[in-house]
This record gives sequence, structure tokens and C-alpha cells, in this order.
Amino acid sequence: MQKSFVMRNPSTLVFLAALAMFTILVTVLAEGSGAGVISTSFVKTLGKTLCLALAAVAMDLVWGYAGILSLGHFAFFGLGGYMIGMWLMYERTRGIVEASLAEAQIPPTAQEVVDAIGNQIFGVVGSSEFPIVWSFSDSLAIQLALVVLVPGALAAVFGWLAFRSRVTGVYLSILTQAMTLALALHLFQNDSGLRGNNGLSGLQNLPGMTHVPQATISIWFFWGSALALGLGYLFASWIVFGKFGSVIRGIRDDEARVRFLGYPVETYKLFLFTVTAMIAGIAGALYYPQAGIVNPAEVAPIASIYLAVWVAIGGRGRLYGAVIGAIFVSLVSSWFTGGQVPDVNLGFYTIKWVDWWLIVLGLSFVAVTLFAPKGIGGLVDLWADRKSPDRHGADLGPSEGSLQEKEAVE
Amino acid sequence: MNFLKTTMLTTVAAAAVATAANAADCPIKVGILHSLSGTMAISETTLKDTMLMLVDEQNAKGGVLGCELEAVVVDPASDWPLFAEKARELLTVHEVDVIFGNWTSVSRKSVLPVIEELNGLLFYPVQYEGEESSKNVFYTGAAPNQQAIPATDYFLDELGVEKFALLGTDYVYPRTTNNILESYLKGKGIAAQDIFVNYTPFGHSDWSKIVADVVAMGADGKKVGVISTINGDANIGFYKELAAAGISADDIPVVAFSVGEEELSGLDTSNLVGHLAAWNYFQSAESEANTAFIEAWKARMGEDRVTNDPMEAHFIGFNMWVNAAEAAGSTDVDAVRDAMYGQEFPNLTGGTAVMLPNHHLAKPVLIGEIQEDGQFDIISQTEEVPGDAWTDFLAESAVLKSDWKDLGCGMYNTETNSCVQLKSNY
Amino acid sequence: MRTHVLAALMFLVSAVVTFAQTDSAVGPMQVVLQDHKEAILESSRRTIGPAIDAVVASKLQQARGVLNTWQGKDMWYHQPSGLFYQAQKVEGRTYRLIDFDTGEIVGEADKSDLKQIKPNSGIRAMIATALVRFQLEDPDPSMRAKGLTGIERAPNASLLEPLVASIESETDPDLRARKTRLAILLTISFSDDDPARVAAIEEVSGDLGVDIRGTLNPLVTKETRAFQGDIPDELNVAQTRVPGRDGFTRAAAYQLLVDAEQAPALITDDQVRLSLAEHIDGGQVGGVPIARLGDTEARSRAYAALAAAGKVPPLVSEADIDRTLQSFRFADVYAETSPAVTQAAEAALVRIATRVFFSQTADLALDALSLASIYFLAAIGLAITFGVMGVINMAHGEFIMMGAYTGYVVQQFIPNHTVSILVAVPLAFVVTFAAGVALERLVIRWLYNRPLETLLATFGISIALQQLAKNIFGTQARPLTAPGWLDGALVLNPVISISYIRIAIFVLALIFLGVFLYIMKRTRLGLETRAVTQNPRMAGAMGINPGRVNMLTFGLGSGIAGIAGVAIGLFAKVTSELGSDYIVQSFMTVVVGGVGNIWGTLAGATMIGFLQKGIEWMNPSNTLAAQTYMIIFIIVFIQFRPRGIITLRGRAAGD
Repeated sequence: MQKSFVMRNPSTLVFLAALAMFTILVTVLAEGSGAGVISTSFVKTLGKTLCLALAAVAMDLVWGYAGILSLGHFAFFGLGGYMIGMWLMYERTRGIVEASLAEAQIPPTAQEVVDAIGNQIFGVVGSSEFPIVWSFSDSLAIQLALVVLVPGALAAVFGWLAFRSRVTGVYLSILTQAMTLALALHLFQNDSGLRGNNGLSGLQNLPGMTHVPQATISIWFFWGSALALGLGYLFASWIVFGKFGSVIRGIRDDEARVRFLGYPVETYKLFLFTVTAMIAGIAGALYYPQAGIVNPAEVAPIASIYLAVWVAIGGRGRLYGAVIGAIFVSLVSSWFTGGQVPDVNLGFYTIKWVDWWLIVLGLSFVAVTLFAPKGIGGLVDLWADRKSPDRHGADLGPSEGSLQEKEAVE
Repeated sequence: MNFLKTTMLTTVAAAAVATAANAADCPIKVGILHSLSGTMAISETTLKDTMLMLVDEQNAKGGVLGCELEAVVVDPASDWPLFAEKARELLTVHEVDVIFGNWTSVSRKSVLPVIEELNGLLFYPVQYEGEESSKNVFYTGAAPNQQAIPATDYFLDELGVEKFALLGTDYVYPRTTNNILESYLKGKGIAAQDIFVNYTPFGHSDWSKIVADVVAMGADGKKVGVISTINGDANIGFYKELAAAGISADDIPVVAFSVGEEELSGLDTSNLVGHLAAWNYFQSAESEANTAFIEAWKARMGEDRVTNDPMEAHFIGFNMWVNAAEAAGSTDVDAVRDAMYGQEFPNLTGGTAVMLPNHHLAKPVLIGEIQEDGQFDIISQTEEVPGDAWTDFLAESAVLKSDWKDLGCGMYNTETNSCVQLKSNY
Repeated sequence: MRTHVLAALMFLVSAVVTFAQTDSAVGPMQVVLQDHKEAILESSRRTIGPAIDAVVASKLQQARGVLNTWQGKDMWYHQPSGLFYQAQKVEGRTYRLIDFDTGEIVGEADKSDLKQIKPNSGIRAMIATALVRFQLEDPDPSMRAKGLTGIERAPNASLLEPLVASIESETDPDLRARKTRLAILLTISFSDDDPARVAAIEEVSGDLGVDIRGTLNPLVTKETRAFQGDIPDELNVAQTRVPGRDGFTRAAAYQLLVDAEQAPALITDDQVRLSLAEHIDGGQVGGVPIARLGDTEARSRAYAALAAAGKVPPLVSEADIDRTLQSFRFADVYAETSPAVTQAAEAALVRIATRVFFSQTADLALDALSLASIYFLAAIGLAITFGVMGVINMAHGEFIMMGAYTGYVVQQFIPNHTVSILVAVPLAFVVTFAAGVALERLVIRWLYNRPLETLLATFGISIALQQLAKNIFGTQARPLTAPGWLDGALVLNPVISISYIRIAIFVLALIFLGVFLYIMKRTRLGLETRAVTQNPRMAGAMGINPGRVNMLTFGLGSGIAGIAGVAIGLFAKVTSELGSDYIVQSFMTVVVGGVGNIWGTLAGATMIGFLQKGIEWMNPSNTLAAQTYMIIFIIVFIQFRPRGIITLRGRAAGD
């Protein structure tokens, strides 16, 4: 079964092989393993980029394959980060507090330890009580479970409400955007109990691992991210290349027809929406310990739009497209904003890329949607000399067989 | 006499060059970590330009330790995780000797673990909420006791305010500052019901109800004052609404901690005359050093540009770092840090700033009234106030003390006589 | 060089002149000022009182002039001579000194020798109070008004008599009314005659003014006090209190006694820990090994042992508290001694409170209406492009921003605010109309059948435009100043008021509503738009050019956004992020209201405005929470009415 699945989908095999090669290459060249060709900060950047790619795969599943343009998947990503961040902060602070209280003349009571941890964590935002959302922060197992459960539950509740009342298309997009905004505003409040605007910080310092240099930790996380991306990719291709995939593509192209065929469309959509939210949560849980800090600005609606843009630029409806898009755009973005791209002197005006990069990026979305709906992934088609069937009108959907413009109008 | 002087100077210079040779590789790199794009670019770009100006001026004077200074500018793009990444890049890839940067508290918290891990050196120029002390950071902006507490005292003593509205943007600096102030005011005998606290989102523009609430506070016959930690753009709507409601500074004075010359330039100030701001520096301060600084700034950036408090903080911080590096004969972080303690440098408002062992400066506190031209009329200037990392007005922090010089600890519990932690809390 | 020499000469001359002055007798006012030299130089409200009093008490006719000069920050201290002068700037750093007593120019001095006396606003208010007695009878009405303001800001018992005396001769009716009212307020606060005070209170009961409440409330301030034995009769008791009832907790009652040092303080856990640490004795505290003290129960055992040994104060038990509380009586006591006055004041305040409540509700409703009109204004362009045409334009917010920046640019060229606004409004329409048409022609028309991609493409445009605005105008907020006649607020009563600029926005929103309805229902463009939206092919067959109609409609929607931008810029701020602040709310407004119907957008904006203000009212200290809950409410609302408040029926609904 598994063999035939891979045989039928050589792209998955190629992708996994490339990912493995890349991981080995980076490991060998990284500072942590002694070679020092790739600096620790760049290893972290690469590790984070792999997490973003995983989120993009989730986004591609839900948008490219099921046609739901969710502007909320980066919120799930952020939530995953928050969940793991709570444990990381709690444990790290507990270590510090216990060490310091051990020097006190009178041994501390359990309550005093908890109070001191609370004071350390929330003193920054002017409070010292543990809010209720931190109830399980002392347990790694529960927080790890929450990494998938919290985004999953939020997606399930929201999706159930939205799909049940048949909100589709752009309305759904706007609604998901509103959900993201509400979540971001909620997290921005200090009263949310997650340290408001400051968010959770110092996440790169793993509790009990103070003796391990960041160079090594960055490699561990890079492996973790690569593994997660590999598994996520495999899972995604297993979903989309099976029968389930056919149904969701059907839903994307004509929801009503699929419904009339007797499929429970809402259940399919809800399942996919929830599962991708969980994948995004996992990606976030791997991302933020590498970034070091998670805060509400990460969850803002614009981040989710960027996620959609990566998928669009990479090429919707093909999983490797999403990965390429996420990696390409985020790396190019960090290159341009890094101030290392030389300015272009036009004589009368000097183009500073720091100022102009966003304009280029914005216009490139427009260009991609107008002129290259298949995105960068379309280049693969050119190379493989694969042609879309010649039908009247332009493609409406991203992959072959999707509804055509002419058909939609009629 | 002259001869003696020259010989001494040459000897000193020779010594400097000699130490420089074995100290650091030329050029000495100075990292500048300020957002040049995104929401904070509005404030931080000015500081980047200030740093470039200071570096150029220093190079014109012959650099440091006989080396040319080279500024390395990166753009963390108002993205807090990116601050950590760029800080790591500055320290490991560019191998800078010192970093000047950050504006928001959250960006500083993001950078802290990285510079502590890599033993970097950061000069942080903005007024902040305190409750932190890092071995690797020198805080050249005001701690709460150098801005908020004196301004509140001014309200209590000079204006006779009996009821306080603490209005702030919902983030860590206003939250912590208001917490400290609430506790301080209660200690001064202000009842809890006479303190109104409100938090609004960044960029808030609908102020009518909040202004009405503040006016209604006057109903029990006590004088009302507003302490504003409202940040950035939101101030514009707030002051417009105040002006529309016809609230005179004589009836309900407003003192702001985040409104400086730069923010007022986006606003018609004719209706705001008399409202207050508290800083350690105003452009209108009269001193020769300040005149020279403003002239240099305007010559470089244009006539209509203004100077502000964080710029002065960088001015002092940079010069102290230069002097400390010269004194230490090296740009090595540990050596420079030891040489920093007790460094003195004249600040731009007259008087002298001193670097204390808790990594804060002793600076005077100025209170200014807004004038029609968008400048401040300084009506009160205190003696130098030593910055306090841990406030005395919150029970948990009152027992803490920071002394990196003798105790070697930034979070020392004076009750148990033990060091709570060596790294800072982030 | 010559100027320097001249300046130096002049300085010398001036110094000589001033010294000459010092040698001769100084004037009487200067003597008064010199007596309080230190207080004046220190310039603090706490110490300045005697100095101001002395100036007034000198009864010199110069006193008023000195106070005025001082208040206006024109009094300077000449350091070489140590004398105070009025100073006027001549040029550069040279100042002309004027003697207070003679009013003559005594010479010039360089700024480095001078120190400006800058009274802060606390001192200025005290000077204003001191000036009142000169101003009440002044022939100039504006001076008399100033005097009254002085009294209002710092009411003072000594002012009652001169104020009452001045009412008789007052000719200006407005000022007379103000004086009478102030006299009533001062009577309430400071008169010795209780019946007169009660009468005065009754006269103002029902008045909404903050000053009235400000006068009455201090009369009814009370303090809870504890009495051992009976409560003395001479006290004006509001009510007796029993611990544990009516919100007067036992803890609060006990704390009261602790504060009065009539009961031992409770011992906190922290204190227990510290005391234990102090009494460590050979690895044990009170017989309990240290290692076992990490437990509350063990700690209390150890502490009890220490207490038994008399080393620490014993813990206060619940029974102790009960026993202590039983031996005391508690009562709320008014600070004001006259029961008649406090009763009258309480009654008056109750009457006022009811009226204040209704007025506050009305004020809140006005605020909500104003917020609704702002949302409506921001969303109305979207109601056309999204509601009617079905185009998702994420760059809509940036069109609002372009309008606001147009207003700013126009103000740079036309300094007159009224004219500039009149120019800016049509110009903003033109600019954004053109931008809208360009966007439609270049991008949107290729994507009519791909709405999701329209969203992405216009989002790209949005970030590009935002960055472009930053590149051109910088990230600093730009001033867009409203014309003078829009300053200030319409005051219906002391509680209900609304700023004129908000009224203007409200009116503008109404005008737009009218314009929209007119265009859609009464013009050919409107007819064609509706036709094209419902069935482009059929419309085409009827001779309508759908491309042209789409272009014009989109341009119209964008143009209206531009005008909205000018209005929003006037009331809030002009930054590159102006548009993104409104975009999500605007979409929500249209979706909640019901797509394709302007009345729906109106209903949506009203609902969101009132909802937000309502939540803010319930939770006044956290505005952010109000926004969060509002969005959550909308999400839930849409689940139950997916098509919004007002839905189209029949064919127009489409599907």
C-alpha cells in the first residue's frame, strides 16, 4: 500500500530526498558541528523557515485543495507557539526560582515557590498571580498536547459555526480574518494572562539545558523542524492523493454538486480545517523556541495573509509549491530587510531596498495572480513539459481539472 | 607649560596607540539595532541617524583607541523576534564590539537572552518601566523614578492634584509604570477610588468617552490630573479630543511620558499650551553643548528636524562608551563594563550624568509645558536623580537591588542577602 | 567683531546702570520682593504663599502689575544686582529691564546674567486668586471674567465677601449670573450661616454642573470610625455600621482598629517566615528542624512555639478578632458638623445623580452615534465596491489614507484651513477616483470571476501603497488641522457634549447616504450599475457597456473613500497606517449589515458603534477588551444571520 502510494507520487519521494539532503548539508556545515560555515543565527533562520514551510503546507491543503481561503492559520501557528512557550517559561523560571530560594534560610513552601515563579513571570507586566490559562504549564506532556488541542479546538468550534451556516468564499475569508483579529486583540490585553504585548520571551533557553550552547540547540531544532516538515508533507500528500483528496478537490470546484452526490461536505471541510490548524500549531511550537519570543504581533491578521501569499507565489494546489513559496519569499524578505542588498543609484534617486522592498513584494503578488496563477511551481510544469488541457477561458482553480472561467459564468 | 602639556599628550596618545594595537582589530565596529521599517521606524530611524552622526563625529576626532569606527546598521523591521535574530547576527557574524539600539520594551526583552548568552554590550536609550537589570545592558534612558515619580510629585506638590487618571496604551511600559504609580499614590494617601486607570489599544482614535470620564472625575470637588503613558499616534486623537472638549491645562493638567518634540510635530499645539511632559531632556534646554548638538543635527538632517530625549541618551551613552573604551584600553566587553562604572559625561541640559553600578545613569528630571511652537518651556528641573532598576514602591521589588560592580548581581535580595539570578528576567 | 565690542560695552553700561540703581534707594515693591527672594527663586507652590500674600498686603498700587508680570512669566531676576525686573526681549540675547516701582527702563542686560522666573501652573493659579480682588471691580468685563475664573479654580473663603459685594454693581448680565452662581457655591462651602447654606444647596439641587457636584460632594464625605463605648452625640453620624454586614467586612473593620493602633496587627505569612529565620537556633526553630519548614503546618507549629516562648508576637486568631470587634462600635461620620447641611446636600446629590445618569446615557448614545457615523463613513465606499459590485478591495483602507494625505498636502499649499478643506474634499475625491479607476482597469477587471485572488492582489496593492506613503511622507504622523469653526464642542448641558468635528462627520455621513441613494436609484449610472451587477450579459445586450460601468462604479466607491479619509484625518491622525485601522471593521460593517444594501451598511455601522460603546461603558478601564468582544459578537452574529441584518430577497439576492 505504502509502496504504491510513493510510486504513484514521485514528487513526494523527490521532496523527502531533497529535504534529507538539505538537512545533512546544513548539519555538516553548521557552527554547532564545528565546521562553522553556516552561523548559528542562519541555522536558526533555516530552521524557522522549515517551520513556516510546514505551515504553508497546511495552508495549501486548506486553500489550494479545499478552496477555503483561511486568513486564520497563522493564528493557529501562534497559538501553538504560546502553548509550548508557557511550559518553557514556567520551567526555566522554576529552575531559577528554586536555585535562588534554596539559598534562603527557611526552605520555601510549595506555594511560595509557585508565587515566586508567578512574580518572576508576571512581574514584568505588573502582576504576580497565575492566571487560569497557566494551570497546566508545569507539565510538558499536557502543554505538548495543548499545542495541537488548542488550535484544533478553536478551529473546530469556529469551523463548525461557519460551515454549518454555509458561510463560504470571501465571506469566510473575512470571518476568519475577524477571528484572527479578535484573537490578536485578546492576546494584546494584559488581562488575557499571556503577558500582553510582551508575550512569552526567552524561549530559546531550554530549561535544564543551560550548559548546551545555542549552536547545538539550534541544530536540534533544525532537525526537529525538518522532521516535522517531512512527516507533515507525507501526511498531506497521503491525504490529497487518496480518495479524501478527490472529495475535497471536488468541494473546491463545486461544493453543491459534491453535496448532491451525498458527501457530507461540512464534515469534510471541518475535518480538514481542524487538522490543518493542528499542523500549523505544531509548526508554531517548533518555530517560536527558535525565534525566542512569541507575542500578539505574530498573530496579527497580516501574518495570515502573508501565509496565503507564500502559497500563492509558490503555486497553489501542489504541496511542494507551498514549501517553495514559503522558503523563497521568507528568505528573500529577510535578505532584503537585512540591509545587505546594495542600493541602486539611479542618479536622481537612490533606491534603498529597505524602503522599496515591500512595494516590490506587494506588486509581485499582483503580478503572480494576474500573470502566473500557478506561481513558481508552474516552472516545474514547464520543465516537465506538462500542459494543462486546452479548455476555454482561464483557470479558476490551481490544478488541472478545476473549474474554468467560462463554466463558472454560465 | 605648553611643552609639558604637549609631552604629556603625546605620551598619552602613544600609550593609547600601543594599547590599541594589542586591543582590537581595526576598525572597531559599532552595531546599530534600530527598526528602519514597520511601526517603530517612526521613532527609531531618528536614533539610527543620531548614531551615524555621533560615529562620524568621533571619527573626525580620530576614532577610538586609534581605530576608525565603523557603524553596522541592520533593520529589525519592528518585528520583535527579528530583533533577537539581528542581535545574534551583529554579535556573531559582524562581530561588533557594542550595540546601540532598541526602543520598545518587548524588543529589548527579545534581545536580552541573546546578548547575555554571547556576552554583548547594549546601550538602551529609551525611558522604560524598570524592573530589570542585565549585566550586558546599560540603560541610558529614564527609569520610573527618573520620570514618572518626579512628575507625580510635581502633580501632588505643585499643582495640588488630588485625583489621578492614569491613561495608557495597553503594553508593558504603561502597565508597570501605572502599577508603580498606583502603589506610590496610595502611599501618599490617595484613596483607591481616586485613581482611574484605563488602557487603550495602540493607535486608538476614539477618545470622546474616556475624556468625558476624566471630566466627570472632577464631580467630587477634587482637582483632577491626567498621567498619560499613551504611546505614539494615539496621542494625536487624545489631544485633539482634549482640545475639542475645551479642557484647559489649568483645570485638568496632563503630563505625558511618551510625548516629545518629535510627536508634537504631528499636531497643532495651539490648544495644548500648558499641558506637560516629563523627560530628562528637552530641545529647549539652554546650554552650549545642547546648542552645538542641535546645530550639528540640523546641519546634517535639515532645519525642521527636532531633537529629543532618547537622542540625548544615545549621545551620553556613546560618549561614555568611547571614554570607557579609552580608559580600558580595549573594546573588550568585560573591560569596558568595568570602566563604565563611575564614568561621567556632561549631559546636554547642563550638569553631569554619572554611570552607576546598577547600569543606570544619574540624570536630572525636567518638566516642560507645551508651547505654541511645539517646543517645551522647562518649568522645573531637579538635581541629578540616580536611576533605580528596581522600584521602591512595589513590595516585591523594594527588597531587590542591582549592583554589578561590587555585588556582581543585578537582582540582589537585600532581605535574604542572596542573588536571585544572574541573568535578567525576560 | 564690532558688534561684539558694542555688546560688551553695552553690557558694561547696563551693569553700571543697575549698580547705580542699587546704590540709590530701591523702590518699596523691590523691597517686598527682596524679602521673599528665596521663595520666589525657588518657585514652588508649597513655599510661595507668603511671597504672594506680601505683595498683595503691601497695598502698593504696583502690586497688580507685579502679579500680572509674574504670572505672565515676564519677571526676571538680575543676578549681578540681585534685583527683580520686568524684562522685554530687545534682540538676540539682550533684554531690556524695567523697574517695577517706577515703570522706567533701567537698562539692558545679557541673558546670561538673567534668570527668568517661571511660575508653574500651580503658582499661576495662586497668583490668579490673589489678583481676583483687583479684577472683580475692574471696568474691563474680560478682566472681571478672568477674576471669576480665578475663583472657580481656587475657591477661597476670603473671596466670598468681595464677590457678593461686586454683584450689585455688575452690569454685564452674563457675568452677573456667573457671579451669583459662584456666590452660591462659596456660600455652600464657606458660610458660617447654616440656614443660608441649606437654602443655597436647595437652590442648586438639580443643577448638572460639575462644579456644583464638586461643591456638594465634599460636604457629604464621611469616614468610618471605631468607638470604644458609645458614639459621642456631638458627631454628625451618617449611619452606624456592623462588621460583616452591608459590605463592611470584618477584615476591613479589624484593619481600621489596627490602623488606629487599637488592636494588634495581623501577622502575614511573610512575617512568619522572616521571624522564623531570625530565630534559628542550632538547625532548629522552635523545636522544628529547618529542613521541615517547607510546609505551612510545620511553620505554624514552629511559630507557635516561638510565640509561647515570648520571642515573637502571637498570631491573631479568628476568635481574637471577634473578641476585639465586639468591644467596638463603628459608624460613618460626616466631616461636616451640621446635620441640616449634610441632609440637604445628600438630598440634592440624589436628585442630581438621577439627572446625571440620564445625561450620561444620552452622552454615551451620542458617542455611539458618532462612532457609528465614522464606521459608516469608512465603510460606505466599500458598500459600493464590495456590497454592490462584489469586489473585495483590501486596498480600500489605503484609499482612505490617500484622501487624508491629500488633505495634508493641500494644507501645505493653502494655509487658510477653511479654504483648504473646501479644496481638499473634491481633490481627494478626484485623486482616489483616479486611483480606483486605475486599479479597476489594471487589476480587478481581470479577476472578476476569481474573488479570492482579487483579495490577494488588492492586498498586495495595499501593502505597496502603504509603503509608498511611508517613503513619501515619512512614518511620522502628519498634521491635518480642522478649521477654527470646527474647534470646540456643542455643549447641551454640563454632561452632554459632542465636538463639532464629530457633528460634521455625522452630517457628512448623512450627505453620503443621500448621494448614494440618489445615484443608485435616480441616475442612469445607478440603473446601469444595478443592471450590470445582476446580469452582466443581459445588461450588455441592452447596450450597456459593462466594463465602463464597472470602472465608474469602482471609481465612485474609491472616491467616496477618499473624502472619508479627509474627515477621518481631521478627527484622528494622518499616518500611513490610517487605512489598515479601519479595513477589517469596514468589511465587518458591510457584512453584518447585509451585502448589497446601503441601509444594511447603515444598520451594521449603528450596531457596531452602539455595541462598542456599550461594552466600553460596562468595562471602562479596558478599551481593548471592548473591541475584542465586539468582534466575537459579530462572528457569532453572522452564524445566525449569515446574510446580515438586512437581507435582499428575490432575484436581487442572487446566489
